[in-house]
Amino acid sequence: MGEFSKPFDAIVVGAGPSGNAAAYVMAKEGLNVLQIERGEYAGSKNVQGAILYADALEKIIPEFRDEAPLERHVIEQRMWTMDDKSHTGMHYRSDDFNEEKPNRYTILRAQFDKWFSSKVKEAGALVLYETTVTELVKDLSGKVIGVRTDRQGAPIMANVVVLAEGVNGLVGQRSGLRNEVSPDTVALAVKEMHFLPRETIEARFNLSGNEGVVIEAMGTITKGMTGTGFLYTNEESISVGIGCIVSDFAETDVTPNELLEAFKNHPSIKPLLADSECKEYAAHLIPEGGYKAIPQLTGAGWIVVGDAGQFVNAVHREGSNLAMTTGRVAAETVVSLTRKREEMTAANLAEYEKRLGQTFVMKDLKKYKGIPDLLHRNKGNFFGTYPKLISAAMQTWFRVDGIDKISKEKAIIRNFRETRTLWGMMGDAFRLVRAWR
Amino acid sequence: MHIVVCIKQVPDSAQIRVHPVTNTIMRQGVPTIINPYDLFALEEALRLKDRFGATVTVLTMGPPTAAESLRKALTFGADRAVLLTDRYFAGSDTLATSYALSMALLKVAEEFGKPEIIFTGKQTIDGDTAQVGPGIAKRLDYNQLTYIARIIETDTQAGTIKVERRAEGGLQVLESKLPVLITMLEASNEMRRGSIENALIAARAEVVTWNAAAVGIEDLTKCGLRGSPTIVKKVFAPSARTDKAALVEVDGKAEAKAAALVEAIFAKAPGVEHDLLEHAAQHYV
Repeated sequence: MGEFSKPFDAIVVGAGPSGNAAAYVMAKEGLNVLQIERGEYAGSKNVQGAILYADALEKIIPEFRDEAPLERHVIEQRMWTMDDKSHTGMHYRSDDFNEEKPNRYTILRAQFDKWFSSKVKEAGALVLYETTVTELVKDLSGKVIGVRTDRQGAPIMANVVVLAEGVNGLVGQRSGLRNEVSPDTVALAVKEMHFLPRETIEARFNLSGNEGVVIEAMGTITKGMTGTGFLYTNEESISVGIGCIVSDFAETDVTPNELLEAFKNHPSIKPLLADSECKEYAAHLIPEGGYKAIPQLTGAGWIVVGDAGQFVNAVHREGSNLAMTTGRVAAETVVSLTRKREEMTAANLAEYEKRLGQTFVMKDLKKYKGIPDLLHRNKGNFFGTYPKLISAAMQTWFRVDGIDKISKEKAIIRNFRETRTLWGMMGDAFRLVRAWR
Repeated sequence: MHIVVCIKQVPDSAQIRVHPVTNTIMRQGVPTIINPYDLFALEEALRLKDRFGATVTVLTMGPPTAAESLRKALTFGADRAVLLTDRYFAGSDTLATSYALSMALLKVAEEFGKPEIIFTGKQTIDGDTAQVGPGIAKRLDYNQLTYIARIIETDTQAGTIKVERRAEGGLQVLESKLPVLITMLEASNEMRRGSIENALIAARAEVVTWNAAAVGIEDLTKCGLRGSPTIVKKVFAPSARTDKAALVEVDGKAEAKAAALVEAIFAKAPGVEHDLLEHAAQHYV
């Protein structure tokens, strides 16, 4: 081995947003970094079509807008509750989002991750693709000192291993650092990419140039399961998908594919996809357990970032920004310990959690810690009863049929109370407000 | 022994799509791979390396991003990677490509030793011409062994190589003196998985990069579009066939069915009846 026998300052497992953020920051600060990715290239295992929140990346690569492959900047957000035939929407569109440095972009992950990976290499990290880390190597005291891969040869040593391995956390599990991911804390999302000429997208969504729209939807589209549907406009394609908690899929007979087909054929979605050509079909797991599902994040010689740490804000549909931020903060912790020539002990690496506590990541996840449970336990109401009631109320209100408005109001209220008791509704509202605060 | 393997970075044809509006090939975002046939060539070279301790150099001509494919070749265990890249090479057909590559190979010989064997895949999946390998052999005056299914034996003492060549109508066993250029057939072997050491070496390796001037090309009219007599006039997606298969349903004996079938064919394509009658008149009267 010769030149390879000297341990790396850090090994990063995985080249998604969190792993790339960690590897980039450490390499940029002069650390000797090895990153190992199982895919053929960074992004090859990722699902296309996603939202990039600029702030988190800006803190890592300030000039990213000049180079990164971005699709459209989001100027309009549509939030829909849906029943089988209708949607009630809240739309927010603002010309303020047409700013010099836009806040959110739609991206295609395969292209974006590849670019990010090229930046990691430019920063000086060594990146291995098509190589799977199979397990962590520990010394007699149990401290992690390196990794073994599926390639023949000796283990590779490092002072610290950053686990950016994604939602399943298989390496951590196999090495006894964490439990298996519980099926009620992960969502299975299926997604399709539909090709449409850019002029058609612009006409259909009332956009010009690189402006983009995001639709997030909930309601009977998930057939009583906890989940959401979504539609993003890319430059020359539309990403459309739907996801639900895995344990809900297990309880029902509904397959993810059926759900997506039904969503695509919903009268509110179908015209948006008309005449498009499906280019790609993919599925991915999303950690949605929130604060309570976060596993142990640090130990002697190891540190967890991104999806592997359940860092997704399911309520606001944020993920890549939490991933990049946890990757960056972990990297900064490792850099500061390396500079001070301190050991990567469990006590020293716990600094990462302290630093994370100061960021929006932990603050937001803490704020919503009760939401995943609440929605999941009352899924029948939140994803079935209420969306139906809202649609019925809107229909009653807007249909002009000779009935006076006072009677209409009464009918709406009666419908709500007959479907769900006053106490039930007040309880749900109370619990939702409490969980939100 | 020094072996050079010429590879090409090609778009993964399984993932190429045709733009539904403009009918052009959408290259953007299509992942690139090493031409699959070249991998059989590379594996054969690596086996010779295992047996005889040969040095394996991989060579490609392409845009700067082709370095990715070279690096990948290194992860399998190749020793050295050379990239020939210059904007003057853009638009090269097989004539211009084999010229540029043969110049690069002369430079490789000068820098790293004369190759006893040059390998290529039998053809690339994007051009499908199978002309570049033979073109190089001709220009460098190497014996050429094309469509090789197997290397039977290599005698380094005598400087000979014996191979199995798949030809129309059967297998040929050929023996040639070295140096030789070999184009490998598909499925002739299975590409190995490189060790972790190979992967680390590849990630660290510097790819030797040469432009036209570096390999001594002075006459740029032999390169790129200018040096390419082949002209691509049009790229199009073949339209789906409109003719549907027809089912001829007839009750009765086989003779009746056959007669009905012939009737149906003649009705559909009147020219066939005429041609057949003419043919019969010439040969069977």
